[in-house]
Amino acid sequence: MTSPELMTRVLGSRRKFAQGDVACAYGAILGGCDFFAGYPITPATEVAEAMAALMPRLGHPVMQMEDEIASLSAVIGASWAGGRAMTATSGPGFSLMQEGIGYACMTEAPCVIVNVQRSGPSTGQPTEPAQGDMLQARWGTHGDHEIIALAPASVQECVDLTRLAFNLAEEYRNPVLVMTDGEVGHMREPIILPSADELELVSRRPPTTAPESYLPFAGGGDAAPEMAAFGTGYHTYVTGLTHDERGLPSTDDAAAHTALVERLVGKIRDHTDRLTRVEEDLQDGATVGIVSYGISARSAAGAVRIARSQGLRVSHLRLVGVFPFPEEAVQRFVEGMDRVIVPEMNLGQICHVVREAVEGSAAVERVGRIGGEIIRPEEIVRAVVDGGERV
Amino acid sequence: MKKEIRICGFGGQGIVLAGVILGEAASRAGFEAVQTQSYGPESRGGAARSEVVVSTEPIDYPRVSRADVLIALSQASYDSYVGEMAKDGTVVIDGDLVQAEGAAAVPFTTTAEKVGRKIVANMVMLGYLAALLDLVPQDVLEGTVMDNIPTGTEELNRRALQAGRELFGGGSHDES
Repeated sequence: MTSPELMTRVLGSRRKFAQGDVACAYGAILGGCDFFAGYPITPATEVAEAMAALMPRLGHPVMQMEDEIASLSAVIGASWAGGRAMTATSGPGFSLMQEGIGYACMTEAPCVIVNVQRSGPSTGQPTEPAQGDMLQARWGTHGDHEIIALAPASVQECVDLTRLAFNLAEEYRNPVLVMTDGEVGHMREPIILPSADELELVSRRPPTTAPESYLPFAGGGDAAPEMAAFGTGYHTYVTGLTHDERGLPSTDDAAAHTALVERLVGKIRDHTDRLTRVEEDLQDGATVGIVSYGISARSAAGAVRIARSQGLRVSHLRLVGVFPFPEEAVQRFVEGMDRVIVPEMNLGQICHVVREAVEGSAAVERVGRIGGEIIRPEEIVRAVVDGGERV
Repeated sequence: MKKEIRICGFGGQGIVLAGVILGEAASRAGFEAVQTQSYGPESRGGAARSEVVVSTEPIDYPRVSRADVLIALSQASYDSYVGEMAKDGTVVIDGDLVQAEGAAAVPFTTTAEKVGRKIVANMVMLGYLAALLDLVPQDVLEGTVMDNIPTGTEELNRRALQAGRELFGGGSHDES
């Protein structure tokens, strides 16, 4: 573990005017990251550049891999070696990582993946921001699984949520996605880094039994299973195949498969309450609400300011954590509302999840924009007044 | 108080760096500030844009909606953005690169050549822009510039900044 003194020296002044991508690197380091592997891609390259500049000074390795498949594989390996590991990428690389994300879910390897979303599909508009990977984040890898995904809306949140992502990954033994975008990633704002000697790092639970009775894939009551690092004498069979509590393949046993996958899903889904992170800006008597996340939350906040200055009544719910989806928080928010508007930089993704959550108790409308420009507050105000596109 | 500043032109003109320095200097001077950028996949020659919003209030929407100041360093960028000005907004062009009626034409590029190197035209422009905005104390701006440039170029950049200030007629803007 890096000493706070060294960390403080390497990170420099706590007050900075920093770029979002670089802030993700600061957050990672403050989250105890000790391994980074990646492959450069616009607009995420600055994360890797900052890690390459900072990590060696802390004595931690940074590897440039041959591609994104290898990057996430290296991260999962580092995780099993006891590391707090991260990679960062954008759309095309995120697509390549999907199998690895499933492998990390199945093998319960804590790790952090930053996706600085850019305009797709395919290579699309490399330098332009988008929020087009949100449902890929949820369902991009095959098979039943759960994911934790956070959506920073500011440079400060790139620090705070990347740091948090490490603790959540460790606590739940699951990959955690930091779903930023090219706008937040390349934006510069003032930030204040938390003090390195006040950090509370959550770590995976170490084994409490002798190696012979160690069960790295057994549900630990309310918590994720214990996890020993390679090289500590706890021999572990790590496989993406359906496995028993020891980790040994058990592919023709329906009960074993069901128990395993239900546990992988349940360890997150059953803790949705604890994983819910939302920010509310409520107005009495508002019958129109906005549910936003990431960069579009900034446009939404601007829209709320303009709308209220015109005498309109509107409430705003920002999803800081998008998955597991904070269904109850959304349901509470829309109580008594006629309409809820979801602004996002895509042609309709989270709006569908919102519609599913509200189950007809309010009409769900979307304000979408693709092509690279972030949504203008006036577009959302217009939807508040005249209605957006019905989902 | 809220000022929205848009600087635009080609990739390679140092537009992003000028915006970064202005945003950082404003932040150091105690304002809320956000800098955003937009550019094409080319490292040079494509359209580039750097925006800075400076405010005494927290900034939600980070982009420029209606520019209080537009600095256009290419004809194409002038043509694209001149229609998105705030009422009473100021349009500044590099007179060596852009033809426009009713804009303040300032010779950033030729001044930079006189100062020493064409490459510091962005710093000439920044000196001019900072004087025009009159928000950030000169020593704060200069300190921020010094922290964002390669070592060995301090004197050249300092002269460029000063030349820009003088283009605005900034002799009277000296720090007291």
